Amino acid sequence: MMGLIILVGIFQSWNIALSIFNLCLISAVMTMGANIQWGYAGLINFGIMGYTALGGLAAVLISVDPIQEAWRAGGFDILMCLWLIIVMVLVIRFILKNFEKSKFRTYGIAAIIISGVIILRVTAEPGIEAIESVNPAKTGFLGGLGLPIIFSWLVGAFFAGGLAFIVGKVALGLRADYLAIATLLISEIVIAIIKHEDWLTRGVKNVIGLKRPAPYEVDLQTTDWFINLVEKFNSGKLALISNLADRQVALNQLVIEGSTVFVKLCYSGLFLVVVIILLILTQKALYSPWGRMMRAIRDNEEAANAMGKNVVKQHLLIFILGSAIVGIAGAMLVTQDGLFTPGSYRPMRYTFLIWVMVIVGGSGNNFGAILGGFAVWFLWIEAAPIALFLINLFTAGMSDTHALKVHLIESVPYFRYLMMGLGLLLIMRYRPKGILPEKIEIK
Amino acid sequence: MDILNSIILLLNYIFIPALSYGSQLALGAIFVTLIYGILRFANFATGDMMSFGTMVTILFTWYFQSIGFSLGFLPTALIAIPFGIMFMIAYMLFIDKFVFRYYRVNKSPPVQLAMVSIGVMFVTQAVVRIIIGPADQRFFDGQKFIIKAGEFKEMTGLNEGLAIKSTQVLTIFVTVILVSLLFWFLNKTKTGKSMKAYSDNEDLALLSGIDPKRIVMITWIIAGVLATIGGVLYGLDKSFKPFTYFNNMLPIFAAAIVGGIGNPFGAFLGGYVIAFSEIFLTYAYKKFFMYILPESLEPDGLVQLLSTDYKFAVSFSILVIVLLYRPSGIFKGKVL
Repeated sequence: MMGLIILVGIFQSWNIALSIFNLCLISAVMTMGANIQWGYAGLINFGIMGYTALGGLAAVLISVDPIQEAWRAGGFDILMCLWLIIVMVLVIRFILKNFEKSKFRTYGIAAIIISGVIILRVTAEPGIEAIESVNPAKTGFLGGLGLPIIFSWLVGAFFAGGLAFIVGKVALGLRADYLAIATLLISEIVIAIIKHEDWLTRGVKNVIGLKRPAPYEVDLQTTDWFINLVEKFNSGKLALISNLADRQVALNQLVIEGSTVFVKLCYSGLFLVVVIILLILTQKALYSPWGRMMRAIRDNEEAANAMGKNVVKQHLLIFILGSAIVGIAGAMLVTQDGLFTPGSYRPMRYTFLIWVMVIVGGSGNNFGAILGGFAVWFLWIEAAPIALFLINLFTAGMSDTHALKVHLIESVPYFRYLMMGLGLLLIMRYRPKGILPEKIEIK
Repeated sequence: MDILNSIILLLNYIFIPALSYGSQLALGAIFVTLIYGILRFANFATGDMMSFGTMVTILFTWYFQSIGFSLGFLPTALIAIPFGIMFMIAYMLFIDKFVFRYYRVNKSPPVQLAMVSIGVMFVTQAVVRIIIGPADQRFFDGQKFIIKAGEFKEMTGLNEGLAIKSTQVLTIFVTVILVSLLFWFLNKTKTGKSMKAYSDNEDLALLSGIDPKRIVMITWIIAGVLATIGGVLYGLDKSFKPFTYFNNMLPIFAAAIVGGIGNPFGAFLGGYVIAFSEIFLTYAYKKFFMYILPESLEPDGLVQLLSTDYKFAVSFSILVIVLLYRPSGIFKGKVL
């Protein structure tokens, strides 16, 4: 796999190779999250998109500087709403605890929720309008805490875990395919909220220019040690150019190229650390008594239950853990892009593609998950060039203006779906356990 | 106080759109439910299969339009639908033979079949996009409105106009015919009854001499008819875009589950439940209250329960509530 990425580096450019590599690492993290749920515990989670988006939201809320004006304009209303929500939840909890289950109770709770939503809307509306009208072209939202963006990786995990707790409480009792549909739909609700609550997330107006954990290219290009470093690396090439002015131009060019590569390398390093830490933790968990218990629950729920294992609690726990890992990946993704675009969260890319990675890599095997993340993402990116090559090969006899050839070449980007689908179908048929199947050592 | 105007207002903005959208969802939901009841898996390729059938229909429509054939005030697509259905059925049977059959024969768990259907979803999506492209396609021709808002105002002398699109009437009309035919088939014919028996208890059905291959084939054929017609009606009413069709899978699933999965009648009503609640909850009632309340009580805001951005979220929330309180759906599911 690494070899393929290096080949891309040599033939296309190091920049592309590194961005593929970085996204491969992020995909690997997502796949590990999904793999924990599916491979360890047999829980099907089609809501990956929702947790990814929440992780991204965390990145925004942590790193953007707070917008004082907006807080002054509508912060009070929003805080009131927050209190109202907390009060509502507490009241419902109180009712659930202290009253017998009856029709009356159900309707009462429904009434509380409905009136609560109406009160919330009334309280929030002026605040939201005030916030959104504060410099709408640039801000129009509350902003964040102004902390370094790295913290958001942890916070993203907490956000996603929190959502998973709610979803798990609601949906985990469902049968496998119901659970899949329910989680898919809940993730759509999450995306709808992120897209349309402009006061919190700027919605489809996107948040751009997030802080970075890595240096900026522009700064690097004027830093002495970096220029010296580039010079040292390319001293052989530069020595060939005798003219001093020409050499300076070539050096500048190299510094500009080098700076983008260097920044990407910084990200790769950070992501690699996350992947390695997660890999160690998940491997430890897999072979621990807890991992054995999870497998027992997965393979035979009733038997595990009869042995005194709390199936419901363990399912909830693993659902939260897996989703939290996905949340980390979501925050990493936004960190790397430096922008948060709620409109770009689509189930095809963020849920189903990740599932292809899990299935192809091998469910229940962490190395399989990483391999799946790398292989599938690589294919997803490189599918277009491959398809173009194949089309040119098969239509070599046709003239360049032949309608069919032109049409096929125009639709090259969609061949990636075809490749993913065929890949998934072939793997499911001939290697149902994935490329690296689960290995369980019983000694 | 103006009751008549307010009724027309509700008819125009809520009732008729919801009825036609609900019909389109209902056809899709019956498709999902049939596959679930008889083949026993959640078909994630639903939306894309519908877009495949619609795509073929559009291609034939374009062909008919190019040779100058038309149906006058009716859309040309109606003539193209049978061709679309034929291709759709062929495609479905092809996929069944090479993909789903293997898992069915091996008695794989439903989750595995659902995963396989995701593979089919990817492939179908690719095929549709490669052939027709991802862009918006309009293929409607013929007369657009049965009654225009302006004409209606002139005719009745009311303030509110009532616009009825021909596609809306067509949708409701076709759905009613198709669904009654389907229920007649399921409840009265021998094949339909054997399908119900197969869905109820596979082993017993096999013992009593029902041929599973035939049942599966007939299911796919019915599914093909439903998917194509549902897709074409949606495309005529709005427009055809592969991505929208993929997204429509979600409210369709919601409709099928809300109605009780495996129960075609439930799915049929589920479609309307979803459509009506989506539109009811996101409609701004300001004008309505302006008509029925005296002037002094007129509301200031839009009187909208939820902004239209949350249209989809409404149906999904309904689904979550139904799953929590009645996992088998409003109408007891799993009895075909």
